[in-house]
Amino acid sequence: MLIKRRNDIAPSEITPRTLFEGRREFIKAASATVLAGAALYAGLPRRAWADSKFADLQKSPYSILETPNSLREITTYNNFVEFGFGGKSQPAERAGAMKTRPWTVRIEGLVQKPRTLAIEDILRIAPLEERIYRLRCVEGWSMVIPWVGFPLAALIKQVEPLGSAKFVEFITQMEPAAMPGLSLPYLDWPYTEGLRLDEALHPLTLMAVGLYGDVLPNQNGAPLRLVVPWKYGFKSGKSIVRIRFTDQQPQTSWHIAQPDEYGFYANVNPDVSHPRWSQEKERRIGEFFKRRTLPFNGYAEQVASLYAGMDLRKYY
Amino acid sequence: MSPSLRQLAAIKAVCFIACLGPLAQLAWLGFADGLGANPIEYITRHLGTWTLNFLLVTLAVTPLRHISGWHWLIRLRRMLGLYAFFYATLHFLTYIWLDQFFDWASIVKDIAKRPFITAGFTAFLLLIPLAATSNTAMVKRLGGRRWTQLHRSVYAIAIIGVIHYWWLVKKDITLPLLYAVLLGALLGFRALRLARERQRQMNAYL
Ligand code: HEM
Repeated sequence: MLIKRRNDIAPSEITPRTLFEGRREFIKAASATVLAGAALYAGLPRRAWADSKFADLQKSPYSILETPNSLREITTYNNFVEFGFGGKSQPAERAGAMKTRPWTVRIEGLVQKPRTLAIEDILRIAPLEERIYRLRCVEGWSMVIPWVGFPLAALIKQVEPLGSAKFVEFITQMEPAAMPGLSLPYLDWPYTEGLRLDEALHPLTLMAVGLYGDVLPNQNGAPLRLVVPWKYGFKSGKSIVRIRFTDQQPQTSWHIAQPDEYGFYANVNPDVSHPRWSQEKERRIGEFFKRRTLPFNGYAEQVASLYAGMDLRKYY
Repeated sequence: MSPSLRQLAAIKAVCFIACLGPLAQLAWLGFADGLGANPIEYITRHLGTWTLNFLLVTLAVTPLRHISGWHWLIRLRRMLGLYAFFYATLHFLTYIWLDQFFDWASIVKDIAKRPFITAGFTAFLLLIPLAATSNTAMVKRLGGRRWTQLHRSVYAIAIIGVIHYWWLVKKDITLPLLYAVLLGALLGFRALRLARERQRQMNAYL
């Protein structure tokens, strides 16, 4: 993989959607648009590390053909509760203070080869791909996001899980000086999420390091985050620092806080209501009319078999 | 200090225009592309916040009047109350129109199933008779006493409004709590005065 130096070009938004229809042209087109838009946009997405931009991204057959949301939408409308529970714009306003370098990820638990990896090494584990995925938030909105990343399975292979490993726990960063949300008692910090090992190994499950061909902005979970596109967004932990393999189902933050509202599986499912609202429809950010929510967020063909025979109302 | 009739008319005019501020702000933000990634949510929340603000401002008139001695403030109260209803109506319409797009089945389900919507809807329904009986003719028709009794429901409406807000936030209850404290103070002022008045009457009787 190649990282090109990008000198002093400021990243930005207002990248017309039509540009992304020809995704092959995208990276070239984006840099030009980025320059043009730079002057217009005050809330610049915060960069993870230096001014690097990914080159030679592989296209993925797992990408969907829908038009991605704009960089501005993706980087100004976020839930990242370490930066506050008080609104979707808080992460963009506050996450710039988070330090994302140096960054290491400890991989431990029921594995042959536990190790601590620097972010630079993680970037070399597998070729980086562009993956355009739907993201459905449990709150009833959705986006289409062109991630940059690699399959989590590639990372898992490196540490050789033991036969006894059944689950993977993802533990995320705590930097109190930068994260005012940590002083609020609403969640059990650090924010922790988990997957079954077979879910973690599924080829759709992505470790994302970038977005729109560039490094991940802090508010989107820099420098390394999970993306599980068939589950509600809260399952996809941001700014991950520890990955632990266990034989027990991990206790996850939102589940601890409100067990009846947020299950461990949290697969997108229009037929299972959140106790306080229906999940039948969603508002795609940028669209006026709500659209129907699809089972497994439209990825049923690829993932439904993981849950064969399970009662999805019970295991919500 | 009491303003002349002309001054009062001027004050009312200024107040009337100032109360349109939050709506003008929305229009401006819409025009300047400042409503964020989810404009419908922004509009709904902005209008909800201002409904509650106007309810509290309306409820603040009486305490302010007693503390400051500016009894003419009462002349603004009807307008403020009607503005609360105005913003509530816009808030409700945003929900019906922009959020749900007249999907009545879904709206009915929402009102029945989502406690915070149930609360908001209840508060809105309770506001309707107050708005409908706000003009002088209706006050006369009902008679002052019945009118006053009816309009006491505004206390319940404000409480339900705060509950509506409290139930809809995900975790951070700071703002609903702030509104609850303010409302507590406004209602507490009345309760205290009532208690003192009773005491005074009792003493006079003895
Ligand atoms: C007197 C009546 C009402 C008052 C005082 C009121 C007040 C509020 C307030 C303060 C908010 C939160 C704003 C924020 O988060 O900044 C809000 C949000 C909201 N209200 Fe109301 N409301 C009322 C009636 C209604 C009605 C009748 C409905 C619909 C049937 C409704 C639906 C909503 C919705 C959908 C939200 C946004 C929730 C979200 O974005 O998650 N409200 N309202």
